[in-house]
Amino acid sequence: MSTVVTPENLVYSRPAAFTDTPTHYCPGCTHGTAHRLIAEVFDEMKIADRVIGVAPVGCAVFAYNYMDTDFVEAAHGRAPAMATGIKRVLPDRIVFTYQGDGDLASIGMGEIVHAAARGENISVIFINNAIYGMTGGQMAPTTLPGMKTTSSPSGRDVELQGYPIRMAEMLATLEGAGYVVRRSLHDPKNIRLSKKAIRTAFETQLRGLGFSMVELLSTCSTGWGVSPVESLDWLEQHMIPAFPLGDYKIAPSVAALKV
Amino acid sequence: MPRELWKGNEAIAEAAVRAGLEGYFGYPITPQNEILEWLSQRMPELGRAFVQAESELGAINMVYGAACTGARVMTSSSSPGISLMQEGISYIAGTELPVVLIDVMRGGPGLGNIAPSQGDYSQIVHGGGHGDYHPIVLAPASIQEAVDLVPLAFDLAEKYLNIAVILIDGSIGQMMEPVELPEMRPVVRKDYPWATNGALGRKRRVLSSIYLEVSIEEEVNLRLLKRWEEIQQNEVRFKEYYLDDAEIAVIGFGTSGRIALSAVRAARAQGIKIGLFRPISVSPFPARQIAELAGRVKSMLVVEMNAGQMLKDVQLAVGNRAPLEFYGRLGGVVPFPDEILGEIQRIAKEPPSLGGNPAQRWLARMTAPKK
Repeated sequence: MSTVVTPENLVYSRPAAFTDTPTHYCPGCTHGTAHRLIAEVFDEMKIADRVIGVAPVGCAVFAYNYMDTDFVEAAHGRAPAMATGIKRVLPDRIVFTYQGDGDLASIGMGEIVHAAARGENISVIFINNAIYGMTGGQMAPTTLPGMKTTSSPSGRDVELQGYPIRMAEMLATLEGAGYVVRRSLHDPKNIRLSKKAIRTAFETQLRGLGFSMVELLSTCSTGWGVSPVESLDWLEQHMIPAFPLGDYKIAPSVAALKV
Repeated sequence: MPRELWKGNEAIAEAAVRAGLEGYFGYPITPQNEILEWLSQRMPELGRAFVQAESELGAINMVYGAACTGARVMTSSSSPGISLMQEGISYIAGTELPVVLIDVMRGGPGLGNIAPSQGDYSQIVHGGGHGDYHPIVLAPASIQEAVDLVPLAFDLAEKYLNIAVILIDGSIGQMMEPVELPEMRPVVRKDYPWATNGALGRKRRVLSSIYLEVSIEEEVNLRLLKRWEEIQQNEVRFKEYYLDDAEIAVIGFGTSGRIALSAVRAARAQGIKIGLFRPISVSPFPARQIAELAGRVKSMLVVEMNAGQMLKDVQLAVGNRAPLEFYGRLGGVVPFPDEILGEIQRIAKEPPSLGGNPAQRWLARMTAPKK
């Protein structure tokens, strides 16, 4: 096979910032898409050897198996605090966290809000799939009203379990945030827009323009109990109305960037 | 360096600066605030990292992250804050990172109060976090000793890739004493073979406390235990006072050891053959030395500002070699030398016999109706 591929006809390959590791994610899961976009951005910016990633607790606990950069593994929710410690003693390195909704918006709410408020010069990739994947599909802080999970078996009852939290909107109110947007991974167009946002987030950090976060609406077909294809449709029909895509905070200095 | 009058917390903070501290992350809690406040001025003016975190959880995890880079890092707190930090302490232990922690103990449990106490002995020495790990714990009895132990704590933490704790109580943190501070050491960022500081051409590194393969997790645990054995061999520290001809030995650490020394001197003046054994490293615990001491005295008295948390370690060391008594004050109450002298006089008059539970006997005396 390798003789068929030449530099002239090569249109798709593994990013250099990726390791040669088979995925542990479920079929149809968008974590792999998000990982690839990040690795492509590292390649384009030629920063992989300056990056220190902070992995979360959740399905992406093994994110470090796939990205060929230095990595540390945080306790549940504490990735922004760990990233703060790293960035403060190594300000010329690129530090990012990769966190799910349970990690970032539930147990780690304090850490993420204060990292953003301090204008911590880190980038956060926030995977919002409205469910706890790794622990088996429990209700998340971003679970939609009426959505069935293993800990809201009759559907999330807002009278008892409250309402989903919109993190991008919330963090955008903080002056320390330089770049806060929400994108989606459900179709090719939105995947391309997601990649551009990830690039902008890392450019924001590279130039010291403050806290940056890209919230990525993602699927969990296993946790949602639907097929991978159905999960993409479900995301578009149910999650986007609840979590509108858009730019929630673009500081003037970030807006001036040419990405 | 000349001796100057310093407040304990500030002297400890400045000693850390001079020992080459590169990053400090903390959260306000009385009675340790002066450490945070001192470093909020000193660290930025030296171009070093300082962050007032959003909580003790934030602080310990910032320290965790910064320690991953190989930088010399520290945090400080007091009892309720240390309870919150236990999660991070366990992770740091599991990742085998050097971190220094200053615990300025206060009265508890719960919110308790801001008075001096030694109620954190168990949660620090025997690990308040999950899993099998052992912090190195140094318990100074004066500001000078605390200042001298700070650079040692960093050196031990880095030598053994272990957490090193300076365990003091609010009185040492808050009082002022003449101290000679160490010379300013230059900051030396070590390039450890494990540090996650950006691959920069080398093979990438990953630091984690997760080992899903149970046999590997067991290996990690055994490695930690072997290293702890080495620490127990090499790093036991203590001080003895008047023990050469002593028939009664008092054992106390930190402030209670210091107060007991006054009582021991007063008892000596009355002709009682008594001495003091003061553990400086309460972890590793000087068990062998205390066992030997038990073999050559007639009785022992353990004094603490808690309900006998170190007493249990002394009991393990002593076994049936000598009768033990205990005296403790709790909840932020600091004993007067006269109270301890009273206990010494009681023991000298009616030597205790082997057996029974010294903590129970103490509790009965403490709660007996006043005559």
